Amino acid sequence: MEAKTKDLWVFVETNEDGTAKNVGIELLTPGKMMAGKQGGALVAVVIGSGADEAVKAASEHGADKVIVVDGPEYKHYSTDAYAIALCTLVEKYGPTSMLIGATNNGRDLGPRVSCRLHTGLTADCTALDIDDETGNVAWTRPAFGGNLMATIICPNHRPQIGTVRPGVFKKGDVTAANAEIVKEDIHVADDQIRTQVIELIKEMGGENVDLEGAEIIVSGGRGVGGPEGFDTIKALADTLGATVGASRAAVDAGWIAHAHQVGQTGKTVGPKLYIACGISGAIQHLAGMSGSDVVVAINKDPDAPIFDVADYGVVGNLFEVLPVLVDEIKKARG
Amino acid sequence: MNILVCVKQVPDTTEIKIDPVKNTLIRDGVPSIVNPFDGYALEAAARIKDKNPDTKIVVLSMGPPQATAALKECLAIAADKAYLVSGRTFGGSDTLATSYILYNAVKKVEELEGAKFDAIFCGKQAIDGDTAQVGPELAEHLGYPQVTYGLEAEVDGDMLKVKKEVEEGVEVVGVKFPCLITYTKPAWDPRYPTIKRKMAANKAEIPVLGDDAFPDIDTTRIGLKGSPTNVKKTFVPQKKTGGVKIKEEDNAASAKKLFELLTAASII
Amino acid sequence: MNSPFFTEDHESICEMARDFANKTLAPIAADVDKNEEFPMDVVGQMAEMGFLGLKIPEEYGGLSLDMRSYVCVMEEIAKKCATATLFISSANSLSTAPIVISGTPEQKEKYLPGVVAGEEFIAFALTEPNAGSDAASMTTKAVEDGDDYILNGRKCFITMAPIAKYSIVYAKTSPEKGAKGISCFMVDMSLPGVSCGRHEEKMGQRGVPVSDLVLEDVRVSKDCLIGEKDLGFINAMKTLSVGRVGVASMCLGMAAEAIELAVEHTKNRVQFGKPLCKHQAIAFMLADMETKLNAARGLVYNAAWMMDNGEKADKAASMAKYYAAEAAIDIVNKALQLFGGYGYSREYAIERIYRDIRVCSIYEGSSQVQQIVISGQMLK
Repeated sequence: MEAKTKDLWVFVETNEDGTAKNVGIELLTPGKMMAGKQGGALVAVVIGSGADEAVKAASEHGADKVIVVDGPEYKHYSTDAYAIALCTLVEKYGPTSMLIGATNNGRDLGPRVSCRLHTGLTADCTALDIDDETGNVAWTRPAFGGNLMATIICPNHRPQIGTVRPGVFKKGDVTAANAEIVKEDIHVADDQIRTQVIELIKEMGGENVDLEGAEIIVSGGRGVGGPEGFDTIKALADTLGATVGASRAAVDAGWIAHAHQVGQTGKTVGPKLYIACGISGAIQHLAGMSGSDVVVAINKDPDAPIFDVADYGVVGNLFEVLPVLVDEIKKARG
Repeated sequence: MNILVCVKQVPDTTEIKIDPVKNTLIRDGVPSIVNPFDGYALEAAARIKDKNPDTKIVVLSMGPPQATAALKECLAIAADKAYLVSGRTFGGSDTLATSYILYNAVKKVEELEGAKFDAIFCGKQAIDGDTAQVGPELAEHLGYPQVTYGLEAEVDGDMLKVKKEVEEGVEVVGVKFPCLITYTKPAWDPRYPTIKRKMAANKAEIPVLGDDAFPDIDTTRIGLKGSPTNVKKTFVPQKKTGGVKIKEEDNAASAKKLFELLTAASII
Repeated sequence: MNSPFFTEDHESICEMARDFANKTLAPIAADVDKNEEFPMDVVGQMAEMGFLGLKIPEEYGGLSLDMRSYVCVMEEIAKKCATATLFISSANSLSTAPIVISGTPEQKEKYLPGVVAGEEFIAFALTEPNAGSDAASMTTKAVEDGDDYILNGRKCFITMAPIAKYSIVYAKTSPEKGAKGISCFMVDMSLPGVSCGRHEEKMGQRGVPVSDLVLEDVRVSKDCLIGEKDLGFINAMKTLSVGRVGVASMCLGMAAEAIELAVEHTKNRVQFGKPLCKHQAIAFMLADMETKLNAARGLVYNAAWMMDNGEKADKAASMAKYYAAEAAIDIVNKALQLFGGYGYSREYAIERIYRDIRVCSIYEGSSQVQQIVISGQMLK
């Protein structure tokens, strides 16, 4: 399809309580820059149920306009309802570009929507830019498990769509909310939603493993030695208010659930601080955590590849390092 | 019931190395494997067949002629039949063009098999491209409902109950046939091939659907020219350098040093 | 492996065994050794893949494959876990060959499928406290009593006895006839009078239980006789001939792994300012190890090829076992030497391989017994 405007859209995914997921707000930061270069407005698209909080957050973080689709059918994410709503909006307004957070749901929705609109999609981007000459978005993303970066363009189809990895961009400062709010009534009938959630089995003890949104992650690998070794990891995580991560080796050994896995076959994370304990740093693991701001590595092996990406590397036994670190932090915080 | 599993032959990305001088990927000598996520999809199909022995599992791949090796691997593990889509005009396709070709291939294979597929299983993503797009795009072409990040599926009457990974844990989602499911890594390892099946697979003939297999295909939607996206450039990411190594006289001293540095840099 | 001895099918089998060994056995091998226990679900996986029925006829659930297929699997599996090969060699050779060679169709039907499925184990009881290499001097007796035999005696170093459902037992039925008075029996381990002695604590290959097998007035019916009365010793010798090539292939795998570890270590370990392998004395040790391994391979593959082509291979099998075992022990010893102090630490796999390999010149015919067989063939 042809673009009807020069606007850049950011799809802001909502939680069931109507708040915005971090990544949607994060994407308003590069969105502002890109919309400026494209000469259009920055539009946030919020789909959800009782999503006033998300609308407010988008408005406060630099959106010129917020388009809202609010209804009970959007409370729990479904591919069908969200794809119908988003495609309807795109067809009506014709943006030139659209950013979607590369969460599980974002990566479920993106290809469905781009295919229906018969346009290009670039997945899981870690860098965004606008080509000054053509105005095309230059989407940069990792491939081959992080061994290679590729810059993709979508020159002849609109909107050009990309999913963008959470944690890559930082939320902007809160400003006065003066976005124009546009409500769109799009109703999706029950029988148009072809999947139904039968049951939600929460991760052990109702623990919520939100690695993608975590600000601090403490991860354990093969060096943790066994399930009981993760107690030491958890102790530091609790002290720091961090989320527990794990390498594939630890997950495969059955020491911790897969929901904790960081890396190519697990989650891709971008915390402010990532503490890797007893993780050697296989390329597949690095692919999942290289977006972290600061990396601390603790490993017995001085030659472990994890030290190549660490800002602070401690060569030593994690079982002796972590408890002392926990004590120091507790002392400092009184 | 009939299940189609889509698989891709990929280079084993764990074996890929970087040429330190030219700063490019060294692909020579890197073994080709069945994309691991597609292996999980095949395992999910095999587990359905374990419980419903009249299930037929067909595997479909698009790629160069060498990709028959990946299909034979699937035959050795659990598949009953395999088809390869391979043609010059298909080369250079992006995910949208690939999914359109696969859509045509699904229709063709259904015609050849004389039966429709109740479910199409794919890996969540391929480990070379990492896009996770082809599965949902294929579902869209077919007009089927999709469930992504599946771990395991169970037949329940006219529907599949799919366990899928979500941030809070595991969700059980019901979806009616026909449907498309993409799979991620479950807690168990996929089964190994058996020697018996492997020997039979070595001898199996794999039908190839070439350029002329789809007379009705819209040729403006396939190959490099039919692809909305294209690769502008590729480069090897820069390694981070300049980290601080800490190794004091003992572990406790190292821990204290780490704490001092992190505090001084206002990280904690 | 591109060799005149192997076909494309053999290569497929090798690949499968290698993949399984890398993914499933390598991670558990140290624990198997430490805890003296091999996980039964892994035995199930090996059965599922077909490793336990390689040489067993198809009509009894096996694959009817040749000796070289067996060699391929044994070599690849031994690289990562010597204990695992015992489950494979037991199923394909010691516990089934006597039945395959001399059993009746009923006996084959009764005993083979359970072994192929990994659900039943059969021990092989030949050795006695005072009859090791000189097996014919055994004292275990079987006396006819109506339609039954009554067995009395003590067998020792019996692999898998504590977990076996049955045991093949060699006993004298005509003591006055020496080796020509020995018969082969299938004994149900749950029969009254059958007991296992204490668990033998071994140096290596620790994941499989070994104990004595004690028979006190054990009554078995005549249909438990495998083959003809008094012809058991021939059947034992034929079984051991297959077994020898199996042990020899196991030696190849362990030696190959030791060399790989040594190469890796000597490339990375820096002493006197350069990697160990850059010192000529060390590089030459590696060259000797590699050459010996490949000489052994020639003998082992050739013996298997001869068996597959119906040639008489007793001497070839003995030469393969003799040379492969002695070579492998030497190679593994040198590899450990190259690891220096690390090689003496349980943290390193080479230490385990050093203990695992040692028995290979002792069991299933010691090196000296092989020399007897080889020279016997030369001098007859």
